[in-house]
Amino acid sequence: MKLELGNIFIHDIQFDRLSRVEKGIIYINEEELKAHLLEDENIRSVSCDIAKPGESVRIMPVKDVIEPRVKVEGEGGVFPGILSKVDTVGSGRTNVLKGAAVVTTGKIVGFQEGIVDMSGPGADYTPFSKLNNLVVICEPIEGLKQHAHEKALRFAGLKAATYLGQLAKDLEADEVESFETLSLIEGIRQYPDLPRVAYVQMLQTQGLLHDTYVYGVDMKQSLTTMLYPTELMDGAIISGNCVSACDKNTTYHHLNNPVVRDLYAKHGKELNFVGMIITNENVYLADKERSSDWSAKLAEFLGVDGVIISQEGFGNPDTDLIMNCKKIEAKGIKTVIITDEYAGRDGASQSLADADASADAVVTGGNANMVVNLPPMEKVIGHVKVADTIAGGFDGSLRPDGSIVVELQAITGATNELGFNRLSAR
Amino acid sequence: MAKFRVVHYINQFFAQVGGEEKADHRPESREGFVGPGMAFKAAFGDEAEIVGTVVCGDSYFNENLETATKEVLDMISSYKPDLVIAGPAFNAGRYGMACGTVAAAVEKELGIPAITGMYKENPGVDSFKKEIYIIETKNSAAGMRDAVKVMAPFALKLAAGEDVGASAEEGYIPNGIRVNFFEQKRGSERAVDMLLAKLAGKPFTTEFPMPDFDRVEPNPAVADISKSTIALVTSGGIVPKGNPDRIESSSASKYGKYDIEGVFDLTESTYETAHGGYDPVYANLDADRVLPVDILREYEKAGKIGKLHRYFYSTTGNGTSVANAKAYAAAIGKELVADGVDAVILTST
Repeated sequence: MKLELGNIFIHDIQFDRLSRVEKGIIYINEEELKAHLLEDENIRSVSCDIAKPGESVRIMPVKDVIEPRVKVEGEGGVFPGILSKVDTVGSGRTNVLKGAAVVTTGKIVGFQEGIVDMSGPGADYTPFSKLNNLVVICEPIEGLKQHAHEKALRFAGLKAATYLGQLAKDLEADEVESFETLSLIEGIRQYPDLPRVAYVQMLQTQGLLHDTYVYGVDMKQSLTTMLYPTELMDGAIISGNCVSACDKNTTYHHLNNPVVRDLYAKHGKELNFVGMIITNENVYLADKERSSDWSAKLAEFLGVDGVIISQEGFGNPDTDLIMNCKKIEAKGIKTVIITDEYAGRDGASQSLADADASADAVVTGGNANMVVNLPPMEKVIGHVKVADTIAGGFDGSLRPDGSIVVELQAITGATNELGFNRLSAR
Repeated sequence: MAKFRVVHYINQFFAQVGGEEKADHRPESREGFVGPGMAFKAAFGDEAEIVGTVVCGDSYFNENLETATKEVLDMISSYKPDLVIAGPAFNAGRYGMACGTVAAAVEKELGIPAITGMYKENPGVDSFKKEIYIIETKNSAAGMRDAVKVMAPFALKLAAGEDVGASAEEGYIPNGIRVNFFEQKRGSERAVDMLLAKLAGKPFTTEFPMPDFDRVEPNPAVADISKSTIALVTSGGIVPKGNPDRIESSSASKYGKYDIEGVFDLTESTYETAHGGYDPVYANLDADRVLPVDILREYEKAGKIGKLHRYFYSTTGNGTSVANAKAYAAAIGKELVADGVDAVILTST
């Protein structure tokens, strides 16, 4: 399967009468977009704002971040099984509005939404401070329960991103990247001398606002399975969760999965990137045993020499991470795991909820309990009052001057466990 | 700015008193730098000055630990230093123990920063890495130049009271305190590099060495539950409506203790969860789902249990550090024992 990404570099977003993309600028007809999102009966009101890199702007509570993409050639459409039909994606050509994103906010859904600062010290910790963001502020109807609210906001973000993506359908790309994964047999023949490597991606599926969807399927109801890595680039996996902001994978992360990118970068040179296994992080022990058994079984079946395993979330999923690692190592397959840490504010506590001697190669995204001081911003998009109650916040997090003292946990994407960032800890 | 005053501690060998035959050399102090102090002097430049050097034989120090430590400490403090450097000891075991003891005592007794340097397998590392900064060195004195290059600027940083970075940045042996920093490459690329090294059988360094885990043996079953006082303790965040103690939704910094005398059922209007790790809808509708007060009251009435304890304890398990959780458990456990509670039902989410 081969996919080309046509990147169109975006350096600005503006509101205008006609929605279009011209010379690296996205113009949006706000009323048209709002009307589109208000078709959802669970959304009472929608407003839009724009946040650019370097501005004195804070967005919170952030639910999801999504990169606008559109299918140009090949089967299916972006976000298959959700906004497009369930056709298999991942081949042909997809255009990407690179440097732009849709950020969803509004009344908080759960406790676990995040903060994105566009400048200042907080901006160093979130990758989304470097993007031109269309912020979509959705307020739900009165009395809407959390799970229905989550769904409404999830769809609003995907719809807004697709609306923007459509604007790039007929544009010529500034840059074209190409990614290809062959069938198992062809892949072995192509690079017989290189070590065979697969990627095992763990998806957050603890339920109760902690869910991830694959081709529209709630992943907690799926067995461990396989994907072509290019399917991710067309939105096969989307975020539907409210896990702590620092280590949940937003839809943007899934579309731009860095493990996939970095394995492709060395594919055919230092390793043979065979493909990827996706597995879940359910809360019942039988599910954990079954899913990790299947991860190990599929890794063995693919005949790989090594795998990279990435986690999502923390605490309970630490057990899935260690089970996956232990069982895959027991098959004689080398592993590297990517996680993050909850070592306490002083860094002195035990970082993970589970451990095993076979997990001897660990990459960490940093200690999420570290406290940061986010100075006041001139403008806040969303609701600043939730600073005291979001995960990572505490009574008194929001200071009278508008500054916020929180754990890194509250910053969207700060300790990402796909290895999206440079942040680490020792 | 005035130069920092530094005292250097070294053994008989580096002071050129002699080798093993002089290991019983008693503590002595000399003005200025001696032996490897010259390299430190050069590295400090104008920022610090070695005002004195304390020399002691390794055997003497280790065989007379208490008195030797005191003698050495008195000599060090007489120079009124701002900073103390011990060693580096490389892979010399007794020298390492002496350096660790001196540096730790200086920090504790004199309240001034002190560092040392050792090879990672020196027995002094395990004994002192949590008390003092130990810069990692090579295993022999041939590594002196490299050691000084790292130790001198790090020592100056400590003396100036600047923030200390992560072990990987500063060069000290990991001391169990996790410190964040920005790597050169993103995590996914580091993972690919690490996997390629592991596959090729080349050395690699894990970013997080696996800890040794506590395993708690379950207690024997309660002998006669119909005569026992049962307490409820939860990490599921159940609190009186309004969360009066403001227990955090994640990374709880406290736990709450709540009186349930006369409470037979937790209702939507009286109790809720503060926990941020799950959809609270069903817990808020009926908090008995997480903290089963209603069932225990029935059992109490029917004589199936002796009594439900008057108080329940609650915190949020979500993101709460192990050290905090242990401290809460110790405090709660102590009160429960004092209150004559026989057994506890511990619920999570």
